[in-house]
Amino acid sequence: MLPRAAALGVFLLLIVAGWIGTPVGSRNAAIVTVWIAWWAVLMLLAVPLLGRTWCAVCPVPVPGEWLQQGSVLGGPVRRSWSFGWRWPRRLRSTWLQNALFLAVTLFGTTVLTQPRATAAGLALLLVGATATALVFERRAFCRHLCPLGGFIGVSSQGAPLALRVIDTAVCAGHREKSCVTGSTDGTGCPWNVFPGALDANIDCGLCLECVRVCPSDNIALTIRPFGGDFARRRAPRFGEAFKSLIILGSAAAYSAVMLGPWNGLKIAAADVGSAAWWSFAAAFVATVAGVLPALFTLAVRSGGRRLSGEAVARFANTAVPLGLAAWMAFTLALIAANGSYVAPVMSDPLGRGWDLLGTAATAWQPRFMRALPVVQAALLLGGFLWSSVLARRVALAHDIVRRRGFTAPAPVILFHAAVTVVMLWLLVG
Amino acid sequence: MTREWVARAVALVLVVGPSLGLAYGLARHGEHVTLRGAMPEQGGWQPGNLTVAVGEPLHVALTSDDVVHGFAVAHHVMEPVDVMPGQVTEVTLRFERPGTYTYYCTRWCGPNHWRMRGTIEVGGSGGRPDTAGPAPYLALGLDIDAPHPPSAVPARQPSAERGAAVAAAQDSVPAPWRIDQSPAARWRELRARRALRRFTDQEVWDLLAEVWRSSAAPGERATGRRLYARNCAACHGESGRGDGVMAERSSGARHDSASAAGHRVSAPTDFSAPALLGASPAVLHGKIVRGGMGTGMPAWGTILTDREAWAVVRFLYGFQFDHQEDQP
Repeated sequence: MLPRAAALGVFLLLIVAGWIGTPVGSRNAAIVTVWIAWWAVLMLLAVPLLGRTWCAVCPVPVPGEWLQQGSVLGGPVRRSWSFGWRWPRRLRSTWLQNALFLAVTLFGTTVLTQPRATAAGLALLLVGATATALVFERRAFCRHLCPLGGFIGVSSQGAPLALRVIDTAVCAGHREKSCVTGSTDGTGCPWNVFPGALDANIDCGLCLECVRVCPSDNIALTIRPFGGDFARRRAPRFGEAFKSLIILGSAAAYSAVMLGPWNGLKIAAADVGSAAWWSFAAAFVATVAGVLPALFTLAVRSGGRRLSGEAVARFANTAVPLGLAAWMAFTLALIAANGSYVAPVMSDPLGRGWDLLGTAATAWQPRFMRALPVVQAALLLGGFLWSSVLARRVALAHDIVRRRGFTAPAPVILFHAAVTVVMLWLLVG
Repeated sequence: MTREWVARAVALVLVVGPSLGLAYGLARHGEHVTLRGAMPEQGGWQPGNLTVAVGEPLHVALTSDDVVHGFAVAHHVMEPVDVMPGQVTEVTLRFERPGTYTYYCTRWCGPNHWRMRGTIEVGGSGGRPDTAGPAPYLALGLDIDAPHPPSAVPARQPSAERGAAVAAAQDSVPAPWRIDQSPAARWRELRARRALRRFTDQEVWDLLAEVWRSSAAPGERATGRRLYARNCAACHGESGRGDGVMAERSSGARHDSASAAGHRVSAPTDFSAPALLGASPAVLHGKIVRGGMGTGMPAWGTILTDREAWAVVRFLYGFQFDHQEDQP
């Protein structure tokens, strides 16, 4: 309880700092903490290694959960302030998350540079999550609406940390299913997931509520080889497959806008509401959500004309390592250039001339610029290799090769290679 | 249940504590007025108006939202300070006389840099700030917006050095230069003098250049040059040819056009062109203090003192004459 309350306190502090602090992004705690410090930890450590660990400590759903449970200590629900409706069946997918993710990325340049935009975004998340919790049961916001949740979920499939049941037979024989329905020890899974059937990190927020309530101690955190989720039998849902591709596309788009040499593109992306921005938004959505998935589908289908939609979804999942590598490479560039803003902002979070920690005068200094292209290239090539191996493995594991011959994954690997070349061009030059 | 209430109290402290700490820090820092500079297209100074009582200190924390700006207060003794993006520069102002003072940007921050101004209302009693009085062009009834073509122009650039020799060769001392008299009109007056009939037209122009040079107060041209460089050269150019770094951006390739701020502007005046010889000192002074209506030329009357405005006028005629520069 205490860590999440403290995290909520810091979250509120960042909203306040973003709103009343200096509008200079590099001197405002909201921008520097969220988009430099937190983002770096999330993308370079948390997601690749620890999966959805961030979701376990995320402060956004905390007020809503307190209201749902009528308690800050957890345990059995005391007096709920929520209507507790079930999330509509028609909306039980990741498509809403995908749409919200795309919507958020459209405003990325503004949100990443303007403290008030960041503050408004954080406040919207908090209000949205709390309002959703007051109407719907459990963490409907995290599972179906949070724009970042879907991104983290899909990207965390390769992480070595996972929560799984020890013996599925024990779960099958347990009638109460208290890991979902709750018990005197807790409320049960706030994500409404049955751990006995859990086979991917996408749906698990690592809150450990199920561990707390399981009477048989049959659920545990496990360490496994990288990429454990990619070997599962079940095909990814189409929304998840689509998410894999827009993660890849948005990494390229962000690299072009924020790190590329095209000033007109930067201006168009930042000038929200202008004709140029609308053109940018249309091109962004058309490319990331239209052209790229269409090209990928064409690539899959060209491996065999009768390859099904399920095959497209399975192959789309192979884009995850490359997408994660692309985002990591982009994040490294962001951190190398802007990481030195963290120390002065810790001393002067509002940009008011304070020097609380004696580090306010720390000069801006780009770091690791010589090593950066090498590391970025290694990451991208590593991501490409992993995605290619996965494509081959998917084809072998799901009868696609047997039915269509060994050429089936080749177009997909070519697609990954083309994206890798584009990313290398954008990031390494 | 007791544990739950303790937990709620702890959670409340953890949740609102950081924000309360921030509020406390702000309250301690509250005696400063934060003045944020932004390019005029983005709003200029924010806030655009400050108030303080006579004799009271006004602590201003300056910062910039975008590019490097400068801060100075007109008619108030202070050195301009740079306002850096993301950094805070603190200055303390104290005014001895009530009135409305203008603060302005002292760095060429963009094509509309000169629009970046704000005011400080100083309340109390004890006289008025040292602002310029009514401009002479008003008392003289001059239409400073009308064209003032020169009635005569020299064949080549008048030289103060050659004019000094002409002055030494004749006995009479030219009368002081009236402020409503353009160089061309002044030349015609000199040309009509009996004592100067033996000199050629060009020699009389040279004499005029010498009169211009020798009648300047000590340091006046240097002051004019400094002020011109700081305030005028951005548009009119260091050479006075109207080719400053902001000229093209503000006037659109030297043709009349709409500026970034939506106003019609015209190409900055070329002070090296003979047309300047038709403008009297009072006309130039009027243009400076009032600004050029509908041309994009800003009003400098709230920034410059009367003495400074006349120093700029003095300096402007220097673009017409060949003369030895004052040492800065």
